[in-house]
Amino acid sequence: MSLSPTDVERIAHLARLQLSEAELASYSVQLQAIVTFVDQLQAVDTVGVEPMVHAIELSNVLAADEVREGLSRDLALSNSPDHDDECFRVPAVLG
Amino acid sequence: MEWQFASAAEISRQLSSKQVSATEIAKYFLSRISKHNQAFNIFVHVDEELVLKQAAEIDARRARGESELGALAGVPVAIKDLLCTTDMPTTCGSRFCEKYISPYDGTVIAKMRAAGMPWMGKTNLDEFAMGGSTETSIFGAGRNPWDAQRTTGGSSGGSAACLAAGLSPLAIGTDTGGSIRQPAAFCGVSGFKPTYGRVSRYGVVAFASSLDQVGPMAHTVEDLALAMDVISGHDPLDSTSLPYAKPGYTTSLSQAPQRFRVGVVREQIESDGLNAEVKQAILKTLDVLKECGADVREVSLPHSKYWVPAYYVIAPCEASSNLSRFDGAHFGFRAEPLEGKKSKSPLVEMYSSTRAQGFGAEVKRRIMLGTYALSSGYYDAYYLKALQVRRLIRQDFDRAFEDVDILVGPTTPNTAFKIGEKVDDPVQMYLEDLYTVGANLAGLPALSVPCGRSQVGLPIGVQFQGRPLDDALVLQIGHRYQQAIGWRPTPAPLS
Amino acid sequence: MNAAPYTLVIGLEVHVQLRTKSKLFCRCSTEFGRPPNTQVCPVCLGLPGALPVLNKQAIDYAVRTGLALKSEIAKFTKWDRKNYFYPDLPKGYQTSQFDLPICSRGFLDISDSKGAFEPKRVRFIRAHLEEDAGKSMHDEVAGKADSRIDLNRAGTPLLEIVTEPDLRSPQEAKAFLTELRLLLLYLDVSDCNMQEGSLRCDANVNLHIPVDGKTVATPITEIKNLNSFRAVERALTYEAARQWDQWSNDHIAIGGRPKQTRGWDDVQGVTTLQREKEEASDYRYFPCPDLVPVTLTGADLDKARGELCELPAATRTRLVQQYELKEYDSDVIVSQGRELVDYFERAVVAGGPAKRVSSWIQQDILRLLNERQQSLTQLGFSAERLADLTKAIEAGTVDTSRGKEVFAKMLDDSALSVAAAIEALGIKAVDDSELMELCHQLLAENAKAVNEYRAGNAKALGALIGQAKKKNPNADPRKVQELCKQLIDSGAV
Repeated sequence: MSLSPTDVERIAHLARLQLSEAELASYSVQLQAIVTFVDQLQAVDTVGVEPMVHAIELSNVLAADEVREGLSRDLALSNSPDHDDECFRVPAVLG
Repeated sequence: MEWQFASAAEISRQLSSKQVSATEIAKYFLSRISKHNQAFNIFVHVDEELVLKQAAEIDARRARGESELGALAGVPVAIKDLLCTTDMPTTCGSRFCEKYISPYDGTVIAKMRAAGMPWMGKTNLDEFAMGGSTETSIFGAGRNPWDAQRTTGGSSGGSAACLAAGLSPLAIGTDTGGSIRQPAAFCGVSGFKPTYGRVSRYGVVAFASSLDQVGPMAHTVEDLALAMDVISGHDPLDSTSLPYAKPGYTTSLSQAPQRFRVGVVREQIESDGLNAEVKQAILKTLDVLKECGADVREVSLPHSKYWVPAYYVIAPCEASSNLSRFDGAHFGFRAEPLEGKKSKSPLVEMYSSTRAQGFGAEVKRRIMLGTYALSSGYYDAYYLKALQVRRLIRQDFDRAFEDVDILVGPTTPNTAFKIGEKVDDPVQMYLEDLYTVGANLAGLPALSVPCGRSQVGLPIGVQFQGRPLDDALVLQIGHRYQQAIGWRPTPAPLS
Repeated sequence: MNAAPYTLVIGLEVHVQLRTKSKLFCRCSTEFGRPPNTQVCPVCLGLPGALPVLNKQAIDYAVRTGLALKSEIAKFTKWDRKNYFYPDLPKGYQTSQFDLPICSRGFLDISDSKGAFEPKRVRFIRAHLEEDAGKSMHDEVAGKADSRIDLNRAGTPLLEIVTEPDLRSPQEAKAFLTELRLLLLYLDVSDCNMQEGSLRCDANVNLHIPVDGKTVATPITEIKNLNSFRAVERALTYEAARQWDQWSNDHIAIGGRPKQTRGWDDVQGVTTLQREKEEASDYRYFPCPDLVPVTLTGADLDKARGELCELPAATRTRLVQQYELKEYDSDVIVSQGRELVDYFERAVVAGGPAKRVSSWIQQDILRLLNERQQSLTQLGFSAERLADLTKAIEAGTVDTSRGKEVFAKMLDDSALSVAAAIEALGIKAVDDSELMELCHQLLAENAKAVNEYRAGNAKALGALIGQAKKKNPNADPRKVQELCKQLIDSGAV
């Protein structure tokens, strides 16, 4: 499939990646090359083949409903770029 | 005594017979690191004090005559900087996590801590393990101890190189598409990717969850078995961890069957892309194996040409989602808002500039590729299709393993390439994973051990792949091979 | 409303927080109201390397709810990631269920005991499990607008229940939610506390308008922020009128405008535009590779079915059949919750006459609970004591009016029995001759009232009751009045 710079712009926005004009151009070319490469898959007959999500297929891995100690608040906030000792701080959600 | 290429098993024996102390061992390797690390850019973090403290604790416990000490107590280990540690930064080779210190230890780290293995430090890697050359790290490219102009391979390049350079007797890597095996081959060391789920992923920064697997890297297969005895086993914190009892990898190491059936994958051994010297080394290995009791036959994996394309859909899809948490909100790097720029949404602005500045080019490429392949209108054509092809790939293996016990072939199509050679050509770089990604897609155990060197002296690796859960058998056969050739690690020239 | 020139069409999405002790994918506590970010761990903080492990109890609660809603329970269900960036979502994706929800279809019947609307069946599309997000709070400090993020709630299990657009009025919507809440409380899967956000509701609304013999639908709006049943009712009423006005102005039908999300402002009493989904959100759902599927066998479901409690609808019918209560009375008791039904039944088992117990509960117990804002346990008046009290009244040991005094006395002292309370109040049965004497005395002293009664004023003797009470507080006013009438009517006086 072909990938236009508009597509790349849309993808970059979905992925929250700011791209410069130059980056947009170079990524468009590179991504197109990769997409063309993976397009080989279209040649495989997969009718009726069950998709394989996991490398080893398990089911029903369940934990009992028991509360365990988590992290202290200090530790939880310790890597935060901005906090007020209680909460994480981020730029206004509604701006 | 020179310990630089002593096996972990040998160091373990010397430690337990008190011929040497853990502190002496640690000091020895620390001095090697201070001498050689800079030239090869292997460790991104070393904490002398911490290593010596850990070693001293083991010495004290041994002096008290503690019987609980495991085989690897006091044997140093180097850790790929993708595993979460509370006592060192976990950078993932990314600007994003340059200062990140995990508030918890991952399961493998906790197990090694309990086993009394001092860590020498954290090793260099491709950013978030995305690459095959250890060139995309913010700390700069790792250099191959066999030829400093060449890459170590990747993404566990630092872990492979630290063995080759004799800076640590054991290392931990992760393997999503060959990231243990390919650098092991490039650096002339042994590396093992266990069956998916054998080793817990808890505390390993995720690249592609359904493909990621932690594994050991070492000088010998025996050392790999020793390390597997420590790091593997069911973990209730990882839903994909295999709920099976772990075999005694070391105790069963010498129990390789007298006769076994080896499959050679026709599509690989006959492929045009395979370097002639590598092919010769593999053929030679097969001859050795025949003498070890192998019945060698050709098998076909008809979908093998789709391994790399399927992998480069599935891995980026999972990665695009796994890396969403790196957004500047709760931890790690956050970009400063641009002065004077009025934005519709300061939040979206923060996300987009943080991620643009926090990630390197290859990571961004893969995030965008995965975002595209999962997006509305493309999901079926790419992601779903790749998952279906993945099933066919697994079925190819299942059929092949009806006739053979193990597959033997090249780990990589070529020996180590030059730094900068492929960095701008993603597709060429991806094709380096030609022989390794199959084991990740299918979940198989896979081992790479050195099997010779090219004319210019670069190491060549042979890959052994087994049925899922046949980890012990793969190690047994690898061990028998190393015994048959009288394997001794050769010091890299460090030039 | 009945003359409205349109049909209001409503579908609801109800988010129910399940009352597990720990979160859906980690073992942090789900307790409400703790200081911010004190119930967090690497998993619910979305820290690098952390991995989810599913809480079994959440599956059990979802299955229980699905069975009660007559849903089909999936034999195979899995987890999907819904990818979007928001600071209350630390992983950058919400773990949810996309194409294989744990429950599909099903229904809930609603009716109104006062007949405000016809009984109806509300169908469900699906119910799926997902993790709750954290909370973001707007904060302005020194002119810099920020949001503060508390992740205590992040990862709490939610069951999202989605109905078909079967509801036709704000009253029906409210009744549906009331009945759903009651059912969930009976099932004991959620505390359904709307103030604490454990039951949250979004509504999808539009109008079907007959135009030239055809039906035209207005663009659908999704209303969020409905934090009480009253808010649901008011918001839907407002929104119906707003859509009608808008239609009358622009005649834009569904498809002519993107779907809007509007927030309900409870203070202003209006819905306001939050966003238009112009770029249809692309959540890039895909199966979560960190979690494995859940399979349920027929035996698992049979077991869960066997453990299911009696549901409110069945209890209503049973109380009518078993105790001959009126439907209205049965509904009042059942709607108060399982605790009150148990209380009622315990009182009856202890010998209380069912109808009298029912009316005492409705008139006295519920009034008190409401006045005092107490629970039954806090009230400290056991079902057994209520049984004794109603038995005494039924037997005539004490009359209804003095019964209230006995009740009050017993409330003050939780150890006091009916007999002891009667004695303490000096209540004694008045024998027939005593009563006869009292009546004669009263009639003799009130010639005026007697004459008025004779002249046809039936109520004239009412004046005597007060006097009788003064002369003998134990005299049953009803008996006094009857006896006086008898004495006059028979010509004995």
